Amino acid sequence: MKAIDVFEEIYWSLSANKVRSFLTILGIVIGIGSVISMVAIGQGAKSNIEDSIASAGSNLIIISPGAQRGVGMNVSAGRGSAQTLLQTDADEISKSVSLIKSVAPELSRRYQVTAKGKNTNTQVIGTVPAYMDVRKVEISNGNFISASQVSSFDKVAVIGPTTRDDLFGVDFQAIGQAIKINGIQFKIVGITTAKGGSGFSSPDTNIYIPLSTAQRYLAGDKYLSTISVEATDQDSMAAVQDQITSLLLMRHKISDPLQADFTVMNQADIVATASSITDTFTMLLAAIAGISLLVGGIGIMNMMLTTVTERTREIGLRKAIGADRRDISAQFLLEAVTLTFAGGIFGVMLGWVLAKLIAQFSGLTTQISFSSVLLAFGVSALIGIVFGYYPASRAAKLNPIEALRYE
Amino acid sequence: MIEIKNITKTYNTGAVEFQALKGVSFTIADGEFVAIMGPSGSGKSTLMHILGALDTPTSGEYFLDKHDMSTLSEDELAAIRKKKIGFVFQSFNLLPRTTVVRNVALPLMYAEVPKEQRTEKAIEALKNVGFEDVHFYHLSNQLSGGQMQRVAIARALVNDPSLILADEPTGNLDTKTGEVVLETFKRLNDKGHTVILITHERDVAEHAKRIIHIRDGVVSNEEIINH
Repeated sequence: MKAIDVFEEIYWSLSANKVRSFLTILGIVIGIGSVISMVAIGQGAKSNIEDSIASAGSNLIIISPGAQRGVGMNVSAGRGSAQTLLQTDADEISKSVSLIKSVAPELSRRYQVTAKGKNTNTQVIGTVPAYMDVRKVEISNGNFISASQVSSFDKVAVIGPTTRDDLFGVDFQAIGQAIKINGIQFKIVGITTAKGGSGFSSPDTNIYIPLSTAQRYLAGDKYLSTISVEATDQDSMAAVQDQITSLLLMRHKISDPLQADFTVMNQADIVATASSITDTFTMLLAAIAGISLLVGGIGIMNMMLTTVTERTREIGLRKAIGADRRDISAQFLLEAVTLTFAGGIFGVMLGWVLAKLIAQFSGLTTQISFSSVLLAFGVSALIGIVFGYYPASRAAKLNPIEALRYE
Repeated sequence: MIEIKNITKTYNTGAVEFQALKGVSFTIADGEFVAIMGPSGSGKSTLMHILGALDTPTSGEYFLDKHDMSTLSEDELAAIRKKKIGFVFQSFNLLPRTTVVRNVALPLMYAEVPKEQRTEKAIEALKNVGFEDVHFYHLSNQLSGGQMQRVAIARALVNDPSLILADEPTGNLDTKTGEVVLETFKRLNDKGHTVILITHERDVAEHAKRIIHIRDGVVSNEEIINH
């Protein structure tokens, strides 16, 4: 029996049972569609996080404080809350570490910010002009903090567009206006460009003030919360990280690197951590959607078994006029695969539409990857083979004499 | 040319052993029209299954056109049926909701006859059995019993088999329609086809040129019919 004939037979038998074929395909469509859309949500979240990490700057190395662990001490304070990094550390890094472009120390904390009776709670970052390059901050109006403002402890602030909108109203000309951070009055000198990004750390809500001002008037101490370092290129990241680590160990008089009171991370580490979280999330979503795909597959098997039983006499006749076992099993197996494959195609379409609708109405980013479409096709064909195999082999094994007598 | 020598068939259904054929021998030459006749339970259906390569004998020899058929596997039997045997069943066994021409062409699909020749051959076979051409593209379930059986006969002869085996072909038809069907077999035989008719009715069997009587699993006697 030729392949084209097999497909013609399949076409006839499927179109003879249109409603049943449709409902069976529907099971696969829903299964594949939900897998595609769930994976799209996961992938969207992943690329979203990766983008927002990448938008923080390129070739970035971040040094954060961590409590020193004494011998026999198993408890360490949470990272970021410890106070071990000083301005002098940052100065020494920019002086003696090679292969770096710039160094931006910062002191960040959340404060209550008020203006004209409105208030918000947001991240206030005390920093230096280099921060603009290192963390890719762009200014849409006014200026970023200048070196002279840092050295003269000026009470000036550059605010993010979201904070501007929250405090003054959308697109208000806020330059020159006064805001109060933690009760202390600052003058607005610049507005940053909207970067987008979502989650709890959108750069658009940040307020930037001079580092010296933050230390003296807000924090009241000399410590830093982060030092951001930009390496000259991707290849020198590891070398820069090593230099910083040994420099700081020496300055902090720590001999054992495991006892370090600071952490040096590069962007790749951060991306890897974030990706592993979103990958797990994606797997979970896909597994849940996979259950409906399994149910769809069982639907296929159910339909094929019904078909084989219903068409027992027909199978007997086909055998009597010369069909061998391969002809019969090919016909029924390919019938199942055709159903699942059609389900796969429509499922991918459904998944695509769902992903778009989710993106449209929930604001989540969704991203349909080519690999998930390919996987969906593979899986749907595989489901056809797995769940079609048993009914097909049952049909092929029918004894023609008994099959012809079947009532 | 059919030669069977001392064919036996034993069914083992659990504890009970049943011998349906107890040593049957005969020869049917090409172009013969033979009826195998016997009451139900005589073993004539079992014999038909063996002659039609649907089953193999427990012992004995069966030669169809000099090929030994008694030791073939299931798929080898299928290949023989495809090339050499055309079946006509009591209950027609046409594919429902399928056109007459497609039904007749079905064996050609398994025989891998090129697609463009199939319809042509199917129409030729239908004309051979005297089927009215207005019904060629009707669905099989819209036909009368007599029409269905002639479609089935056309299907049996479409691939030009060595042997046409008809199992109670008139069993589901009234006498008048049955007569038409039997005349069809006679005409095919006149054209040189070998036809074996399995029946329990003498009236039907008498349409053949020779009757082989089967009783209790053996050939009880043979008679030549002079028309």
